Amino acid sequence: MAFYILRRILQAVPVFFGATLLIYYMVFAMPGDPIAALFGDRQPNPALIEALRARYHLDQPFLVQYFYYIGGIFRLDFGVSFSGQPVIETLARTFPVTLRLAVMAVAIAFVLAIVIGLFSALNKGGIFDNSMLVIALVFVALPIFVLSFLAQYFLAVQLGWFRPTVGGRNDWGDLWLPAIVLGFSVYATSMRLTRSSTIETLGQDWVRTAYSKGLPRRRVIPVHVLRNSLIPMVTDLGTVFGVLMVGATVTEGIFNVPGVGNTLYQAIIRGENPTVVSFVTVFVVVYVFINIIVDLLYGLLDPRIRYVSS
Amino acid sequence: MSRLDPQTPKEHYVAPIETTSVQVDVVRIDEKPSNLWLDAWRDLRARPLFWVSAAFVLLVIIVALFPGLFTTVEPNNGCVLAKSNAGPESGHILGFTRQGCDVYSRMIWGTRTSVVVGVLATLISTILGMAMGAFAGFYGGWLDSLLSRIGDIFFTIPYIIAAIVVMSVIPNRNELVLAFAIGGFAWAGTARIMRAEVLRVKQADFVMGAEAVGLSRFKTLITHVLPNAMAPVIVVATLSLAGAIVAESVLSFLGVGLGGSTMSWGNDISQAQTNIRTAPMALFWPSLALTLTVLAFITLGELLRDAVDPKARAQR
Repeated sequence: MAFYILRRILQAVPVFFGATLLIYYMVFAMPGDPIAALFGDRQPNPALIEALRARYHLDQPFLVQYFYYIGGIFRLDFGVSFSGQPVIETLARTFPVTLRLAVMAVAIAFVLAIVIGLFSALNKGGIFDNSMLVIALVFVALPIFVLSFLAQYFLAVQLGWFRPTVGGRNDWGDLWLPAIVLGFSVYATSMRLTRSSTIETLGQDWVRTAYSKGLPRRRVIPVHVLRNSLIPMVTDLGTVFGVLMVGATVTEGIFNVPGVGNTLYQAIIRGENPTVVSFVTVFVVVYVFINIIVDLLYGLLDPRIRYVSS
Repeated sequence: MSRLDPQTPKEHYVAPIETTSVQVDVVRIDEKPSNLWLDAWRDLRARPLFWVSAAFVLLVIIVALFPGLFTTVEPNNGCVLAKSNAGPESGHILGFTRQGCDVYSRMIWGTRTSVVVGVLATLISTILGMAMGAFAGFYGGWLDSLLSRIGDIFFTIPYIIAAIVVMSVIPNRNELVLAFAIGGFAWAGTARIMRAEVLRVKQADFVMGAEAVGLSRFKTLITHVLPNAMAPVIVVATLSLAGAIVAESVLSFLGVGLGGSTMSWGNDISQAQTNIRTAPMALFWPSLALTLTVLAFITLGELLRDAVDPKARAQR
């Protein structure tokens, strides 16, 4: 196991550097002089320009600048946002809200996905199964902002069950509407994954063995079938997280949730490129780490993974 | 009575000598030849859902190519601010946007943006992904390691997030730039599938045969391996077309797609969102067009996936 963990972490190193290098290069290649932009219409003293260029390492070659930037990331220095506040402070303020939202969304999605996926698999080809598959297809096709507006208009404006926007009050209970929307944006894929992996497990020898040694259905289904069917769900967590990042940016913007996604949303809308880049970097760094954790979890749950690969 | 009972007289069976004429090497040439695509087509044409989604996709393509056939109202010029968010009237069946433009006309013309960007982005990601996956899988060795690691890096960045960065920093935005921003980051999934399929096809006898008769490695790859490894790529391309259309609309919605006056469903949805309480229909129609188009492509892609996968077909 230790070897597996070490190997997986070593594999992530080039991916991490490659991904950050790619993002940094895109910004580096951006036309326009950031120092000139800093002064707007005024004409600054050339000596001052030189001093500023040296201070922000802009006089160094690309790779040297990149390593200064990477060094900053390891010291949790993600730069300064457009308003002059360090990105890490904005993160500390907004992250708890987004975490609450994400936990609620994943909980809603996975509970629904597991229950409905399991029942669909047990009644494969039936009316319930087929109608759930059609509904899932519609949810796959619904773009996240369309889903947000539908929920906002029908559930909040028309029916009045929720407040249309979240705003300042953002405790667990206030986040239901965006959490439901975000949850349904990942629900469909998880449900179909549960369904197909349960169908596959139902055909396995150990399930037949469990039945033939006289175990009742109420024990075979949860213990022998469901537990094994859920392993693919763990691998899917990485993808789910990727969908949630894009989804949170849009839903937090639409429902005015003061989270990380909303900060990115506002920065994109206002064209504050440095803030956009800082937050995207944070997203990618977190995404790389989540994927390592997911892979480690997968190896922990399924011994075949760590033996086959080592 | 047991068969081993010694009292029972034993009868020995002697096979009668018969001659039956067995025809060897007879092939019925009137039988239709069968291959993967023919089987897939027989499977698809029996499914009503295939015809519905294919008809809708065809309609979307026709609307994108000839929007003038469906509306004579100008989508951008001739907007009357006095009509801002007004309801339907004769000649303007779906009412007006906030700027007083015709909702129906903008919806029709917006189809072109979605389809053009979607098709271009999918072409870019499919060609890139096929090239990377095919070279990695076919040549193996250090080239495989290098290309697969590059693929891992691109796989790590969600492509919409990457496209947001590209579109934020690029000064001149047009359909091609937008397509490159989406397709240039979306190819890693295609590359992985292509690589796996090429690895599988590479083992086939006809590949060895092609090399035995002296075909070069590259020619073998192009003429023998690639055509037989296309099925999953075509399925993925159909599904990524849907993904690219969503990506375009999300980027336009966030204001980093094509400029403000461009007819795009994402732009129109973004502009209508402020009036969601008073004029929800201006928001509803482009959303419906977008969702139905994406749904049609996804349905088509999934039916195609089931049809070209004999394993999935057998399970049904």
